[in-house]
Amino acid sequence: MSEDHLYALRHRHLIGLEDYSHAEIRLILDTADSFKEVIRRPIRKVPALRGKNVVNLFFESSTRTRLSFELAEKQLSADTLNFASTGSSVSKGESLGDTARNIEAMQVDCVVVRHAAAGAPLFLSQCLSNAVVINAGDGAHEHPTQGLLDLLTMRDALGGLEGLKVVLVGDIAHSRVARSNIWGLRKMGARVVVCGPPTLIPVDIEDMGVEVCYRVEDALRDADVVYALRIQLERQHEAFFPSLREYTRLFGIDPERLELAKPGAVVMHPGPINRGVELDSRVADSGRSVILDQVTNGVAVRMAVLYLLNGGGERDAA
Amino acid sequence: MRPDGPDTSGSAGITEIRNGRIIDPASGRDEQGDLWIREGRIVDRPADGDAKGATVIDATGQLVLPGLVDMHVHLCEPGYEYRETLESGALAAVAGGITGVACMPDTDPVVDDAPAVRFVRARAAGAAAKVYPIAALTAGRAGERLTEIGELAEAGAVALSEADRSIRNPAILRRAFEYGRMFDLPIIVHCEDPSLSAGGVMHEGSHATRLGLKGIPSIAEETVVARDLMLAEWTGGRIHITQASTAVTAGLIRAAKQRGVNVTADVSPHHLALTDEALSTFDTHLKTNPPLRSKADVDALREGLADGTIDAIASDHTPRSVDEKNTEFQEALSGATGLETMLAVVFTEMVGPGLLTLNDAVRVMSTSPAGILGIEGGSLSSGAPADLTLFDPDGTWTVDPASFKSRSANTPFAGRELKGSVTVTIVGGQVRYRRDGPESS
Repeated sequence: MSEDHLYALRHRHLIGLEDYSHAEIRLILDTADSFKEVIRRPIRKVPALRGKNVVNLFFESSTRTRLSFELAEKQLSADTLNFASTGSSVSKGESLGDTARNIEAMQVDCVVVRHAAAGAPLFLSQCLSNAVVINAGDGAHEHPTQGLLDLLTMRDALGGLEGLKVVLVGDIAHSRVARSNIWGLRKMGARVVVCGPPTLIPVDIEDMGVEVCYRVEDALRDADVVYALRIQLERQHEAFFPSLREYTRLFGIDPERLELAKPGAVVMHPGPINRGVELDSRVADSGRSVILDQVTNGVAVRMAVLYLLNGGGERDAA
Repeated sequence: MRPDGPDTSGSAGITEIRNGRIIDPASGRDEQGDLWIREGRIVDRPADGDAKGATVIDATGQLVLPGLVDMHVHLCEPGYEYRETLESGALAAVAGGITGVACMPDTDPVVDDAPAVRFVRARAAGAAAKVYPIAALTAGRAGERLTEIGELAEAGAVALSEADRSIRNPAILRRAFEYGRMFDLPIIVHCEDPSLSAGGVMHEGSHATRLGLKGIPSIAEETVVARDLMLAEWTGGRIHITQASTAVTAGLIRAAKQRGVNVTADVSPHHLALTDEALSTFDTHLKTNPPLRSKADVDALREGLADGTIDAIASDHTPRSVDEKNTEFQEALSGATGLETMLAVVFTEMVGPGLLTLNDAVRVMSTSPAGILGIEGGSLSSGAPADLTLFDPDGTWTVDPASFKSRSANTPFAGRELKGSVTVTIVGGQVRYRRDGPESS
């Protein structure tokens, strides 16, 4: 069987897109396409994960990612449990290793984990001998399901990924969304330009296969996708940039700047949007925006990942 | 092969180390031969009558080295005995062929007065290795008030250091260098600007970028190296830079030496053998301070060691408990143990590939650090203390943290195959370590 026609994932966990191959990513996107059909049905439920239990382990506050995962799990008929706790393992008095062992003892099939510490999902996967681990965002490391839903949204809107010029604008340094997008896009043959003030572009990011540009007007020229990242408002107090006003003046995506991109270019954002900061409302609410498609695709992609990592697809592989 | 004979010397009070390759950088000696020990000292070959009754340790096929001196270790006592004690640390030292260690004052309480220095010496009096206390340069390592250096020296402190912390106020460091000129003690500085390294958990570079971990930039070290060298030069003080980790640091030291600054420096085995690329697995055992740097830095440090810019290799043995390491990367404490692996790592990574001669390796792990600290040792000349390391250069072994004598197992080299192992360690004429286990070929 050729590497390009996989019927099952080669990995047991989803920690990051850095490890996933072109064929695996394509399998997830194709599977997500078929789940999108399920979502459009009047009764949006399939029995794929019946009898399986999934724990959503959120050590960092999140509303939309958790809701999206929960909906995906329910539509696959899995039994779901939610555990939310903020702060480090040290401050809450139980180590992540102990949490993992408790999960194992409860015979959980799958763990969806969001954690402020980069590497925490990998650590968890090393502690667990049976359960599947899905990374729902770890520090500034990766947010692979976000990367996948972004790929799916771009593929839907533009017909394919190969050869696209995707411009990521904003805080690349602190963004796991940026990293997962970079890995995914590079593997699928897209060209990636990152743009932001030098303080928010991490050193040697060129080694990840991207181009760096400090002038948004140059970066946007001929772009197929303009992807604005969320600016954490507290960054201005850490001297990454002098003020939000200046950030917006230099990097905010407004209708005039969007004109520099290709005529059919789409605008994306991982949410929640700081309106008037990284994205002008006239852009966010325009016909070029596919931001709400990203949200819809999020459920389909998470269904695909849950399905494929919990035994789905294996029968076809035979 | 296993050495013969009981732990104590023979009936004549004499021990013979027979037929080893004797390497003594202090005298330039590198030859096959015998070495004689009497009353804790190396002696010339005794008269035949005396020699007959000697206990013989067969060193055939082995290297006979002056006992190694590790000038930067953390032995955690008093205060952190769950990580290491003076006793367990000394056992780990001799298992690694190290006969003398200088221990950092970052204990609880801090070793910053004469009674604390005497406490460490008394607690270590019966230990397997010789333990030399380093005293704090400022009270409580707070960087504000100088310690009573004169009394600390009298009590037996061999050096002054704030351990893994830099003095922020340059005026204090200026006074320390000036005042310290009355005593011939090195001021050992760890160079790190805490505002530049704040929040960082690994070397700032492409791997930190990829992993989404906050970086510790090289300049956090280099700006302080430059400042401290200038202060030492200005005051005529004596500075020792510990744990040099970057190419620019090596260059700054090289230039300072050319200007005649009274500077010496050390580097750790892990900074010579490992790069930040290894952190891809988020393995907390590779989290150290200074962090593992880039390949270019490693190359520059190796070069600096070979050309004499860097004088010594020191393990920075920093024991951590399982719970302090087995956690999220950013929460884990930094630090790596090194006493039991230093010699074999240097032998495997530096001597094996020809980056450092055997003679230079012994010089930087024994003769030079002994000289910097002003202690006896680092020599196989007649009259020198009988501190010896017997090393089998041929066998290979796999680093197994479970077999460590140290109370802590946080080695960055777990599972690595290393070439060469310590067979016998002799301290003051007494055998303090013998390699156990099956015979290796």
